[in-house]
Amino acid sequence: MKLTEKELEIVEILEKDARTSTEDIAKMLNLSLEETEGLIKKLEESNVIVQYSAIVDWSKIAGHEGVTAMIDVKVTPKRGVGFDEIAERIYRFKEVKALYLMSGAYDLSVVVEGKSMNEVAHFVSDKLSTLDSVLSTTTHFILKKYKHDGTIFEQNDDDRRIVVSP
Amino acid sequence: MNKMMMTEELWCLLNMKKTSYLSKTVEELKPSGIRRFFDLAAGMEGVISLGVGEPDFVTSWSVREAAILSLEQGYTSYTANAGLMELREEISAYMGQSFGVPYSPKNEIIVTVGASQALDIALRAIVDPGDEVIVIEPSFVSYAPLVVLAGGKAVTVNTKKENDFKVSKEELEQVITSRTKAIILCSPNNPTGTMLGREDLIGIAEVAKKYDLLILSDEIYAELSYDEQFVSLAAIEGMRERTILISGFSKGFAMTGWRLGFVCAPEELTQAMLKIHQYAMMCAPTMAQFAAVEALKNGRGDVEDMRKSYRRRRNYFVHSLNELGLECHVPGGAFYVFPSIKSTGLTSTQFAERLLLEEKVAVVPGDVFGESGEGHIRCSYASSMEQLQESIKRIKSFIERP
Repeated sequence: MKLTEKELEIVEILEKDARTSTEDIAKMLNLSLEETEGLIKKLEESNVIVQYSAIVDWSKIAGHEGVTAMIDVKVTPKRGVGFDEIAERIYRFKEVKALYLMSGAYDLSVVVEGKSMNEVAHFVSDKLSTLDSVLSTTTHFILKKYKHDGTIFEQNDDDRRIVVSP
Repeated sequence: MNKMMMTEELWCLLNMKKTSYLSKTVEELKPSGIRRFFDLAAGMEGVISLGVGEPDFVTSWSVREAAILSLEQGYTSYTANAGLMELREEISAYMGQSFGVPYSPKNEIIVTVGASQALDIALRAIVDPGDEVIVIEPSFVSYAPLVVLAGGKAVTVNTKKENDFKVSKEELEQVITSRTKAIILCSPNNPTGTMLGREDLIGIAEVAKKYDLLILSDEIYAELSYDEQFVSLAAIEGMRERTILISGFSKGFAMTGWRLGFVCAPEELTQAMLKIHQYAMMCAPTMAQFAAVEALKNGRGDVEDMRKSYRRRRNYFVHSLNELGLECHVPGGAFYVFPSIKSTGLTSTQFAERLLLEEKVAVVPGDVFGESGEGHIRCSYASSMEQLQESIKRIKSFIERP
């Protein structure tokens, strides 16, 4: 799907801050409010904009810190459907937050979130590694999130400029 | 005895007052009107500043990292007077590719301490005592003082909002005398944001050729043009030989604090400027030069991203100001809008002072950029969208207050 320049700009603006109001986007792009609403609707309906969500630093919320693991999974692809079938079986689990098909040493990268290491460990041993096509798993727990989806978690973005300058 | 000493001291004091150590030129130089505003705003808390003449972006990490690497490797000595050859080669390629004005890295480019120093050496290289240099106002605050410090006379031409603050051929011709040596041009412009298109430049070029004038073309905002392709004055036919092109990394590459600019001109002019530069400055800071090499090699994508971001904010801000009844033309470049505040019945200074004290929004009164700036304020939209939105709210409540 080829986007116009204005559509592309809308996607960029909303990807950076999904809460930018339609009025502001209209002003930023020299469009009318109706035009902007129409374009956003089109982007949503065509699934270019899939979802609006917030980036949350769960580590700050007492009792909800949780753990995230990235699991390298080697699988046997199946004739006719390749990796898609096994991928679907895996991503349907609600514990799976992200799933990517990878080049290189393993096939699928599975991002799993759980309340505790135990919970994730159970998911891996009970659900994931018992699937027929799965040959092996290597689980890496994330110790600290510095940057996620382009957002730095602990950023000092104070304005260091002097107040008035020529 | 005591009384004796008192009178002696007094005598000394009086005597000192009679003979000032300061040069006449400096004594007569007025301090910048921006300074007063800075003092007023600097002590206040919770101020949203639209008074800043620099990007709100921090220099790209890859550029900062390149400077760190140069320090780690021990590049802490002088460079050649004109700057690192590698940097001059990059500048040469950049000016050729981006603006169609190639200059020879060997003898037509000097790396300077900001575009400010470039301006200074350019003026000192061409001005004899009494020579006149035309400054088009509203203008950047340094032009006229630098002309005076170089021993020249700054002759101002006023531009008007009706003409989008563009100067006409006739207006220029009216102030040209036999002593006129040069014109200082700034496009995209600080403080008005006006960008001159090819046709505008051709008009000015005709005047320069007719009266055999040089043009100091301050193109520091060249990377920040939003509606049309920027045209360098040196790219206009017949102008390369009479243009001193001044540019740098501060605005487009968000590198103000590095103090790194450059000047490009035909060899004869460049070599004259190099004489001043080698005695007065030696060379630009080495680590900043290494950073600039990285900026030109790998930083152009970031410049494009910043340009996009400024353009959106400009559109937002111009729309919002016009909605409030503070009329402004759509500035084609830089990151300033220059709305008229005449509808409020206040002077520029009154408006700016009261807006600061009552609503804590800092803007710069237009008259500090010359008398034709009166009735306007300069707002920089190089601030986050949140800050711009908040400032619009505050300006609204300010002008709606009875």
